[in-house]
Amino acid sequence: MDYAFEAEGLVKRFGKTTALAGVDLAARSGTVLGVLGPNGAGKTTAIRILATLLRPDEGRAEVGGLDVVKRAADVRRLIGLTGQYASVDEDLTARENLVLLGRLLDMGRARAGARADELLGLFDLAEDAARRVSTYSGGMRRRLDLAAGMVGDPRIVFLDEPTTGLDPGKREDLWRTIRSMTADGRTVLLTTQYLEEAEALADDITVIDHGAVIAHGTPAELKRIVGGLTIAVRAADAEGARVAAKVLRAVSGSEPAESGGGALTVPVDTAGALTEVTRALDAGGVEVAELSLRLPSLDEVFFALTGRHDEREESAA
Amino acid sequence: MTTGIRDQTERSAVNTTMRWGLVRHSLALTGRELTKVRRNPGIFLDALFMPVTFLLLFVYLFGGAVSGSTGEYLRYLFPGIMVMSTVLAGLLATGMSINRDIKKGVFDRFRSMPIGRSAPLIGSVVADSARYVVTLVTLFAVGYLMGFRVETDLLSALAACGVAVTLGFSLSWISVFVGVLIKEEAIVQTIAFLGIFPLAFGTSMVAPTETMPGWLRAWIDINPVTHGVEAVRGLLVGGPVAGPVTATLLWSAGFLVVLVPLSVWAYQRRV
Repeated sequence: MDYAFEAEGLVKRFGKTTALAGVDLAARSGTVLGVLGPNGAGKTTAIRILATLLRPDEGRAEVGGLDVVKRAADVRRLIGLTGQYASVDEDLTARENLVLLGRLLDMGRARAGARADELLGLFDLAEDAARRVSTYSGGMRRRLDLAAGMVGDPRIVFLDEPTTGLDPGKREDLWRTIRSMTADGRTVLLTTQYLEEAEALADDITVIDHGAVIAHGTPAELKRIVGGLTIAVRAADAEGARVAAKVLRAVSGSEPAESGGGALTVPVDTAGALTEVTRALDAGGVEVAELSLRLPSLDEVFFALTGRHDEREESAA
Repeated sequence: MTTGIRDQTERSAVNTTMRWGLVRHSLALTGRELTKVRRNPGIFLDALFMPVTFLLLFVYLFGGAVSGSTGEYLRYLFPGIMVMSTVLAGLLATGMSINRDIKKGVFDRFRSMPIGRSAPLIGSVVADSARYVVTLVTLFAVGYLMGFRVETDLLSALAACGVAVTLGFSLSWISVFVGVLIKEEAIVQTIAFLGIFPLAFGTSMVAPTETMPGWLRAWIDINPVTHGVEAVRGLLVGGPVAGPVTATLLWSAGFLVVLVPLSVWAYQRRV
């Protein structure tokens, strides 16, 4: 198969800490690979190795068919990097940053300027192009980071937690931007702590934890493992809670679990279950304080994947 | 056919690019540094005003008492203040700006690009040279107004500047190293400031060492900045030159040889 990048058995230690303990990653050309994992799982270390910023202690990695250690200089011509550790200069304006990067990519002054203006337009920053980056909001800053990774029109793009720290509405705006970046056959490696982000953007997802891969598959495959969706109900009183538990048991066929704040949760396979629950709660006269349908949290995913989890998710799987 | 021609043009363009790449990239990055200084002149001005203030203060307050006349004392003090200004500029401005780049991830962006590894460093050194030039020109101007005159020749004066700048640059790696080790920027700045006192004042800068206590003289004899001060004094107003200049350059090389790899090592461990 034609892989845009491929890593095998990556091991990286920092002193006594093992950041990566043998990680395999690969993405076919033109696809988006999501690397999902909690803080400290080794996501950033993996990206830094692929982007030639770190040498692996063991294992090998190729980007565009080139070894990242032996052909580092050539790999750098193929990639664009964006994220926590590859940033723009806050004392410069957005345009100055992009022009500088263009100049470093050997564009002439005019071409670097034209490319900067083009990207500022694409990433919706044209109006603020002449402002110093230090005055930017979180969302604008992230958009500029993305634009900075795109100056050389790279075929392979590494996005390290591009939306971490943004509020949910802003995050979805940024997803749209990222999707437009991936539309024209670019290969993207995206790391994230959010399952819904990986699901929204990635063709394949690799889940890593403690420096090791614990699952790999399409979003649909992973969801089958972790059990689709979760319904949570919080009743206004104890009597209501009793009825709600009965309703949830009937609809989902599994025992409701009590989560924080007195809410009851059950895993369900389809969003249609929410309608059923709503109807039954209404018929039972339950006064509801909170009712929600959500994707499993990253915690639940990890519990499901590592086998360290309780009964209810087992039955969902 | 058209493609063939284009291929050829592109290939020769690539060759030219490679040859001039490092120069152009370094210059582009120099431009960035200078823009930053213009936007955030705070630290740079600190490093400029402190030596000027000390020069005025010491000469007019103590000059008469120490040397019998302010003019005589200015002749003694000025070379030391010059070294102090470059050491300050190095410890505060250069070190802090490299440190900030590393921390904010700007450095990694550059490292992930197809440019020479040394381009960001060269860029920052060239930009610094511009800062040092401004500092030294200001200092010479103030000194001239106060009555200081170079007693040797132009070439020696330039060499004096070179020695002072070399020492300042090599010492700047102390704050780079400390900056990579310690996350808090304010603490790094404090350490840089604290380091300045033993380094800059623990010398023969303000007064001859004959009357100082033994322990202080012991430190002054080891302190590399002392050699820098002696070298610059020799080059500006006469006195021994070869020994102190050699010692200063050796010390500077030593600092670079030790601190640059240490900083890189600490940096790679951090992530």
